Amino acid sequence: MTYLAKPKLLRADAPRNTLGYTRRDYEGAISTLCAGCGHDSISAAVVQACFDLDIEPHRVAKLSGIGCSSKTPDYFLGASHGFNTTHGRMPSVLTGAALANRDLTYMGISGDGDSASIGIGQFAHAMRRGVNMTYIVENNGVYGLTKGQFSATADKGSKSKRGVVNNDTPIDLVALALQLGASYVARSFSGDKEQLIPLIKGALRHRGPAFIDVISPCVTFNNHAGSTKSYDYVREHNDAVNRLDFILPRDQINTSYAPGSLRRIVQHDGSVLLLRKLDKDYDPSDRVGAMNHLQERHALGEIVTGLLYVDTSAEDLHRHLNTVEKPLNQLGDAYLCPGSKALEALNASLR
Amino acid sequence: MSAMKPIQSSNDFVIKFANVNGSGSASANELFARAIMRMGVPVAPRNIFPSNIQGMPTWYEMRVSAAGWLGRRGGCDLMVAMNPQTWDRDIAEIEPGGYLFYDSTKSLPRSRFREDITVLGIPLTEICNREYADLRQRQLFKNIMYVGALTALLDMDFTVVEKLIADQYRGKDKLIDANVNALKLGHDHARAELSCPIGLRVESADGVGEQIFVNGNDACGLGAVYGGATVAGWYPITPSTSVIEAFGSYCRKYRTDPDNGMARYAVVQAEDELASIGIVIGAAWNGARAFTATSGPGISLMQEFFGLAYFAEVPAVIFNVQRGGPSTGMPTRTQQSDLIACAYASHGDTKHVLLFPEDPYECFTLGAQAFDLADRLQTPVFVLLDLDIGMNDRLCQPFDWDDQRRYDRGKVMTAEQLEAGKNFGRYLDVDGDGIPWRTIPGTHPTKGAFFSRGTTRNAYAKYSEAGTDYVYNMERLRRKFETAKKLVPAPIVQRASQPTRFGAIYYGSTSPAMAEAFALLETQGVHVDILRVRGFPFADEVIDFINEHDCVFVVEQNESGQLRMLLINEGEVDPKRLIRVLHYDGTPITARFISGKIADALSEHKVTPIRKQVVS
Repeated sequence: MTYLAKPKLLRADAPRNTLGYTRRDYEGAISTLCAGCGHDSISAAVVQACFDLDIEPHRVAKLSGIGCSSKTPDYFLGASHGFNTTHGRMPSVLTGAALANRDLTYMGISGDGDSASIGIGQFAHAMRRGVNMTYIVENNGVYGLTKGQFSATADKGSKSKRGVVNNDTPIDLVALALQLGASYVARSFSGDKEQLIPLIKGALRHRGPAFIDVISPCVTFNNHAGSTKSYDYVREHNDAVNRLDFILPRDQINTSYAPGSLRRIVQHDGSVLLLRKLDKDYDPSDRVGAMNHLQERHALGEIVTGLLYVDTSAEDLHRHLNTVEKPLNQLGDAYLCPGSKALEALNASLR
Repeated sequence: MSAMKPIQSSNDFVIKFANVNGSGSASANELFARAIMRMGVPVAPRNIFPSNIQGMPTWYEMRVSAAGWLGRRGGCDLMVAMNPQTWDRDIAEIEPGGYLFYDSTKSLPRSRFREDITVLGIPLTEICNREYADLRQRQLFKNIMYVGALTALLDMDFTVVEKLIADQYRGKDKLIDANVNALKLGHDHARAELSCPIGLRVESADGVGEQIFVNGNDACGLGAVYGGATVAGWYPITPSTSVIEAFGSYCRKYRTDPDNGMARYAVVQAEDELASIGIVIGAAWNGARAFTATSGPGISLMQEFFGLAYFAEVPAVIFNVQRGGPSTGMPTRTQQSDLIACAYASHGDTKHVLLFPEDPYECFTLGAQAFDLADRLQTPVFVLLDLDIGMNDRLCQPFDWDDQRRYDRGKVMTAEQLEAGKNFGRYLDVDGDGIPWRTIPGTHPTKGAFFSRGTTRNAYAKYSEAGTDYVYNMERLRRKFETAKKLVPAPIVQRASQPTRFGAIYYGSTSPAMAEAFALLETQGVHVDILRVRGFPFADEVIDFINEHDCVFVVEQNESGQLRMLLINEGEVDPKRLIRVLHYDGTPITARFISGKIADALSEHKVTPIRKQVVS
């Protein structure tokens, strides 16, 4: 279905958000990915999340690297500027963009090859630097665009479509992000939009590096028996630590959950994350606990999903650099150029 | 005593200090250079240092030149030999009739000296050990003490040095007293024990005027501040590191918001050069002026991104302080060997704008101008200096700035223009100069957004792999490069005193040596017109100059003749008309070298002038 053009007609009764936008205003070009690709579900989740949050599409900048996942920013938020950068180097370009204008919302879209293989260095440093962004890895454990090679997130012992067995240890980007200081770390599954949409919303409202690893099976090259990133495998092995609901400051009353089973997390901007606890001992404010939990479950062959860690008081790169509130790209000549008088004094000191 | 008549020269000689690096000699040597400059005598010092922090040999070569020649001369008239490790080669380097100043605490056999030089010994260590208890002080004040001794030997105005120390340590009276005291110890000892002055003298003159004394890297950092840069992404690499350090320190001074102490700039030390240039490209794509500073190995690592910036048409400024390559390749030695690597950086059909400053003044002016050019042309602009200009303090004209000047942000479409219905095609050439309009992210709710990618798109930035779209784009980029020709700084020509069939082309740090060689050749009756290239793509004047002469020497500091290659390739010049004059041993080129090569070539008829074709 993904390659079929959508009708241009808009239903008069299409729901609008408080800005007056419909969901269609958050969509992008027609996807050119394979029919049934998990990545398209993630794009749809991004559209829904931005619509729900009343984000103005043009105030989002979406950046990506190279690969199937990195093509997707073209398929959502068509009114946003996007930048399809080089392979594995999106984090640095996003960092620069975020420095230039602190007022926009930055989305980094990447894949497992793009972030865990060629781009692991930039992934790591953007996380530890505290760049204010939502960084989504559309993780299928495989190189789709070059037709089925293993990526660095492929599990040991998993089989490629051609029958090759992967002997290398997998990189878990969630574990890495936790260790590197990301202040919002989650994992989800492209086929579980009920879990994914609130996670994306929480990430978009988080200040600091928010990372979401989204397992997104490759229908063409990694959806066979023997793969550990196939739809069937992930559904069977998914272990959710929590269910997240994201609530804007204006409607904090949510009656559908019994108070005893909820954990309420207030983000810096006043928005609230409501965690419906499935695992009663799970505490998402404990970084070390999150790392332990992840490893324990991994040893049992389970894929932990949900919001694993959030630090609501995290500081970001702009805070570290103490940059002015006004975006740097809007400072005029008078704010930037010291002028001839200053040079006269400087010249005098150089004689 | 020396068998040869000692050299007699006032305000025209070379002093070389042989030191151990990390011993604090650099600041003492610089103090000495500044003292001469304050006496109104032009000085050109050069640090010749190892890639090391402590313990290896380092030299500080100082050319004193009343005529104002600031290029390296070569040779040494007075050696201040403070490093036993390099003693023999230091002694050997002294010109016949020259002078040797050394620490005579430990007596050395006669065989370690030369008969044809004047030997001047002062027991510096002994005096220091007597005067100072603290080990660090002994070392530091030994340096100041030899400066004091030199002021006596060269008959300098002692009060100038005293005042300089007072200026340098203003507000720290204890340091002033201690330094002046050490200075006096050296001065008085020399006066008492040696016959002062020697044949070399520094006499007060009026040769410095309004000039300032600063290094190119500092000037680049300042140029970036004046040019409006707000984002710097960088990775440390010799010899470019101090560009960013200077930018940071000038920003702290000039770009700190007076109301709240917040920064109107952002400097990020990246994890590598790939990330450095990525940060620059991201910031510039988002409308901030951004730059990086690096050297050859960094340029290599940034290649893929240069291509992306070229084709996605994102402005970027790159200061490349050139050195020898590769990674362990003479990082502390100077070269002009990255021209080709920058001119054609990246894969695919790319060509880049290059600027060639000759000195710190131009590092500042061209550095600032680079940001206007990058925005106007929406492309990476490389400022190619080298270690010789970048890391050595150089006398140059004072920095100036026209307060009426406004930044040229180029073709950036505003929300108002978009609202008014102006046609926006990100890669559309609307007025024939090859430069498209761009929009900054976040400008307008419904108009002007586009998805940046390399070349798989049409003029409206929509996905396309159509050959016609690709060709349209490449032809437009070619027109844009033609436009760049008219925007880069024009070459500077100096004509010989008589009409001549010979010319010479040079650029960057070769400038002072070339100017001196030009004068030298004139005195020898050899007439050569000279042209200094300041930018690439070459302005038409550059190719016209070549065509006006039968043969043109291309003087540069690399082994392969990279500017010559560019001239041949871009100007479609007959290679036979371009004679290589190449200096590439890691030391700065000298006037003696250039004039020697040119004079030899002309006198020995190695050059067969090719007659210009007469077009009737």
